[in-house]
Amino acid sequence: MPLNKIITITGKAVPVPGADMDTDRIIPARFLKCVTFDELAGTMFYDERFNADGSSKGHPIDAPQHAGAAIILGGENFGCGSSREHAPQAIKRSGVRAVVAESFAEIFFGNSSGIGMPCVCATHADLQIAQQITTEQPETEWVLDLAAMTLSCPAATLPVTMPAEPREALMQGRWDAVVELMNAPEAVAALAATLPAPALS
Amino acid sequence: MGKTLYRKVWDAHTAGTLPDGRTQLFIATHYVHEVTSPQAFAMLRELNLPVLHPERTFATVDHIIPTDDQAEPFADPRAQTMLNALRSNCAAAGIRLFDLPTGNQGIVHSIGPELGITQPGMTIVCGDSHTATHGAVGSIAMGIGTTQVRDVLATQTLAMLPLKVRNVRVEGTLRPGVTAKDVALYIIGKLGADGGLGYAYEFGGSAIENMEMDGRLTLCNLAIEGAARCGYVNPDEKTFAYLKGRPYAPKGAAWDAAVERWKSFASDADAEYDDVVIFNAEDIEPTVTWGISPDMSIGINGCVPSADDAPDAETRKARLTALEYMKLQPGQPLKGMPINVVFIGSCTNGRISDFRAVAPLLKGRKVAAGVKALAVPGSQETARQCEAEGIADIFRAAGFEWRLAGCSMCLAMNPDKLQGDQICASTSNRNFKGRQGSPTGRTLLMSPLMAAAAAVTGTVADPREVFDIH
Repeated sequence: MPLNKIITITGKAVPVPGADMDTDRIIPARFLKCVTFDELAGTMFYDERFNADGSSKGHPIDAPQHAGAAIILGGENFGCGSSREHAPQAIKRSGVRAVVAESFAEIFFGNSSGIGMPCVCATHADLQIAQQITTEQPETEWVLDLAAMTLSCPAATLPVTMPAEPREALMQGRWDAVVELMNAPEAVAALAATLPAPALS
Repeated sequence: MGKTLYRKVWDAHTAGTLPDGRTQLFIATHYVHEVTSPQAFAMLRELNLPVLHPERTFATVDHIIPTDDQAEPFADPRAQTMLNALRSNCAAAGIRLFDLPTGNQGIVHSIGPELGITQPGMTIVCGDSHTATHGAVGSIAMGIGTTQVRDVLATQTLAMLPLKVRNVRVEGTLRPGVTAKDVALYIIGKLGADGGLGYAYEFGGSAIENMEMDGRLTLCNLAIEGAARCGYVNPDEKTFAYLKGRPYAPKGAAWDAAVERWKSFASDADAEYDDVVIFNAEDIEPTVTWGISPDMSIGINGCVPSADDAPDAETRKARLTALEYMKLQPGQPLKGMPINVVFIGSCTNGRISDFRAVAPLLKGRKVAAGVKALAVPGSQETARQCEAEGIADIFRAAGFEWRLAGCSMCLAMNPDKLQGDQICASTSNRNFKGRQGSPTGRTLLMSPLMAAAAAVTGTVADPREVFDIH
């Protein structure tokens, strides 16, 4: 099962500012009542974007100038809270292909990497620059380059960071771990034989 | 230099290193529930892969389960569909499902320890962030996503990077009326909701050593709210006493051997930590959250902070957002503020000792007029114990709705939801915007003792004053 190598992501950006953007805000629990991820497109940040009567709250995601954004610009501890993969699935299925934030919750980061959506970190100051550029000129085309580890546009080149291992997995097209994890059945069998499994006794 | 429990368990479960450098980590025990597993089973079918070790996966239904009327079909057809999917997936794979009729159904983080499936020295994962709970017995327990659930089902392993370990010590004696919940909220308040990024939290110190297992489960449960993907306590005599005799715990000679093995996983006295923080138990007050992140908390006698004295611009913005959402004024006390709903339950505080602690306080008292009070045991086993000990009747007599086991109003995926901007005095784990089922609902996280005080006074209250705890 060859996977695409994820090296550059190019497109418009949209700011989703604020610290501790939790997974309940990314996708409220009522959207989790499903047995597939197929219907999650459009649900991302739902209650941040819409009032109870369905009217818009004027979130940047719904501004026409940010339509089709490929990159989210977030804050600290992005994706904290629940382990629900519905959160990155909703983001990815809404057309976003990468998130740049100050920091990420571990589980959200892992879930995103595992579905081929890079999460990279930038400093608070650089994110402010990126948010300002994108707010003032929403048509700005950004390039997130995992090889160079930069987020750049004609007006700015900003450094980003990511742990080496998940970065390697994305760039080598090895981000779907199950393919890799199937390769060492003997080592797994040896551990399964020695490490106790809980059993009724 | 000695090793931490985290490192010992990690090393014992390492199957190898992947080409990208991540560890292939063997998973000793895997839990699944109805919300985060159906897509994983579907992915397996698509890949035409079997479940490699069905005997190491245990399932239950908790998130979507109604807690009043569990007659099937459920009123919510989507909830029924999810339970049906779990049943057929588990049956097809040969996975044990603690379904409603088994008498062992409950919140996954309640039943795992209760049944003794959760044991020291294990790697334990579940598609649920509060899996950190299971670290209380001395295991590495982590929440994972659905694609990783698939990985575990297919290979019994995960691609992981090790965390750093922070030794979080609480020294001294907790004051009367201060519980494990208060300790957890206090620690999160001090270290921040993102303070644990990149870390596992090893909880220690005399206050933790003296804490009973249910309290340790509460504490580890909340590690994730401080961004620590896993929290744990070294296994000790309290751990072994807790596990002994439980259905899945080893018996006879196997028990003695297991205890010896479990002891070997405890952190060495000279273990090296990436960070150490020490708190004084005496400094911790009954604690309540005022905002929309679990680190936004104050002692019960404190006041809601102002955005103006925030240490930095981000905190200022976060406080402004929280104050607006919670409809609070800076400087106002929470004590005395009216509440609408009380929820005692969840994987954080729905265990037998939580109900045992509250029942004597409620005896002879009544829920305040106009307050809706829910008591939701974490498991069918806890519910049975509460009935047998007369606890359930005390709650009912006080005016609580005594419900059936499930996650309930912690995340409101079942019919138990806040309405409009109701304020809920809640023993659950998250005060996020909209968490309890209404996009404008407001959550105040607190201990079961404080929730009981809120129930009988109809306000945020200091349980020490209401119940004369000294």
